[in-house]
Amino acid sequence: MYPRISVRDNEVTVYLSGEIDHHTAREIREATDSLVQTKKPSVLRLDFSGVTFMDSSGIGLVMGRYRIMLLYGGKVRAVNVPESLERIMNLSGLGSLGIIEKRGEKNETTK
Amino acid sequence: MKPQNEMNLCFESKSSNESFARATVAAFITQLDPTISELSDIKTAVSEAVTNCVVHAYKDTIGKIYITARIFDGGLITIKIRDTGCGIPDIEKAMEPLFTTSESDDRAGLGFAVMQSFMDNVKVKSSVGKGTTVTFTKKLSRRVQNV
Repeated sequence: MYPRISVRDNEVTVYLSGEIDHHTAREIREATDSLVQTKKPSVLRLDFSGVTFMDSSGIGLVMGRYRIMLLYGGKVRAVNVPESLERIMNLSGLGSLGIIEKRGEKNETTK
Repeated sequence: MKPQNEMNLCFESKSSNESFARATVAAFITQLDPTISELSDIKTAVSEAVTNCVVHAYKDTIGKIYITARIFDGGLITIKIRDTGCGIPDIEKAMEPLFTTSESDDRAGLGFAVMQSFMDNVKVKSSVGKGTTVTFTKKLSRRVQNV
């Protein structure tokens, strides 16, 4: 699944959809990283609104992009996270990084 | 205890089969009329275990992955996921959250932690050079009483 990606100003948004597992994460990672490398955005937004299933490969995907964006001095946001994915997101400790915005919410404290 | 129903599955350790495996197990469990959240828990745990087989057990090769799912009285299910790959030298270490032997590829090291959190019980048996068997147990909420 190669995701739809939009670039606006200094921000890159990756629209994830369907099921994220070890198999599909590879294509998402390749598409995202090559764009991040050329654009070096200040914010990389991973939009989870179309995601119907995710295992810990999705956590690895977010953590890996978090590390890469730290190198560029940019930020990662996991946005529009559906309720069904909250449990696995919380289990990972990603919540404590303050980068998760649930569906329909803006995480103002970490902006 | 004798199962009411049983399903056996065997497939190659290709990453494209990860979705096939979890969808197939979920389809078998559907006869118990599980909640959406129970079904999602099962799919997630199966996905983690199968990914471990693909990524670790058969690291640079392709081998067979065997799944047996059983349904018992009272909504109890067991799912056994077996490989004949490299085996795990230190199971306790492997099950520690964030521990991973594959530094590349963004592996979070959370596979077993997710399985343990989403299933009632997770049992791991492994023998180096012979393979690993992971067995899940979960009791479903039993919305349908007469199955």
